[in-house]
Amino acid sequence: MEAEKDYLKDIQDIRKMMDKSSQFLSLSGLSGIMAGIYALAGAAAGKYIYNLNYGRYITIESNSFKAVILIAIAVLILSVLTAYILTAVKTKKRGETVWNSTSKRLLVNFLIPLVTGGIFAILLIKNRYYGLISPITLIFYGLACVNASKYTLRDVRYLGLTVIVIGLVATYYMGYGLEFWALGFGVCHIVYGTVMYFKYDRKEK
Amino acid sequence: MKNILQHINKAFDHRIRLGIMSILMVNEYADFTTLKELLGVTDGNLASHAKALEAEEYIMIEKQFIGKKPNTRYMATKAGRKAFKDHIDALEKLIKKD
Repeated sequence: MEAEKDYLKDIQDIRKMMDKSSQFLSLSGLSGIMAGIYALAGAAAGKYIYNLNYGRYITIESNSFKAVILIAIAVLILSVLTAYILTAVKTKKRGETVWNSTSKRLLVNFLIPLVTGGIFAILLIKNRYYGLISPITLIFYGLACVNASKYTLRDVRYLGLTVIVIGLVATYYMGYGLEFWALGFGVCHIVYGTVMYFKYDRKEK
Repeated sequence: MKNILQHINKAFDHRIRLGIMSILMVNEYADFTTLKELLGVTDGNLASHAKALEAEEYIMIEKQFIGKKPNTRYMATKAGRKAFKDHIDALEKLIKKD
């Protein structure tokens, strides 16, 4: 009889295909942990430079400011590179390609708030609002995560919301930029990366 | 029982056609390569099943050029969305009955 067919399997196939075609689920949790570690190391290096120059004004022209900016850029490049490599390994294991329509959509939606925030931060530096750089980068990074979360694992949404809150608190308690930056980009990434690692990465092994 | 089975749509009674419709329900459109990768099927297989769905007017096929490369886009029609939704509802009811 027709009804003998496995309808449950049909429903499961439909659900699977809907998820797979609209969300990029191969994001590596481990890359989040690594990004957090890089951020903490970067923040520690920044703190060290700051302590060396204690009491002196930090200006754009000063070497210590340039060093901090270089550290931040290095952290960013290392994090992106690690995320790309680890995610590529994970997609390959699942028999998918890294560069498909869902990952492209994820990236575009992540980059729109992020690039906006990046340009905003550069303009703030130009206008010497140094105190706002840490909160602004946190808030826009959080917004980027929330925006991108529609196209990937749900946990990214909560990471984003947490970072937004930290960014707002950092705006209230100005002057602790580095500490909040370490909390948002360092600790949060490690916590959520660990959660994602145990929830998804390890299950597949 | 007979009532529910009426809504089980024969047009979707195949893994590939079911897959194509599932993808097009949650995406505005999908191109040939994307569908091929997601479903893991051959060119000819995908094309023939897509044609069958187009014949039922459940999907629209749009051919265009991106630069010099031909690009085929697939979209679900309003009728296709409704038919597929009815199909899923019927499947769910059948499962609950068991």
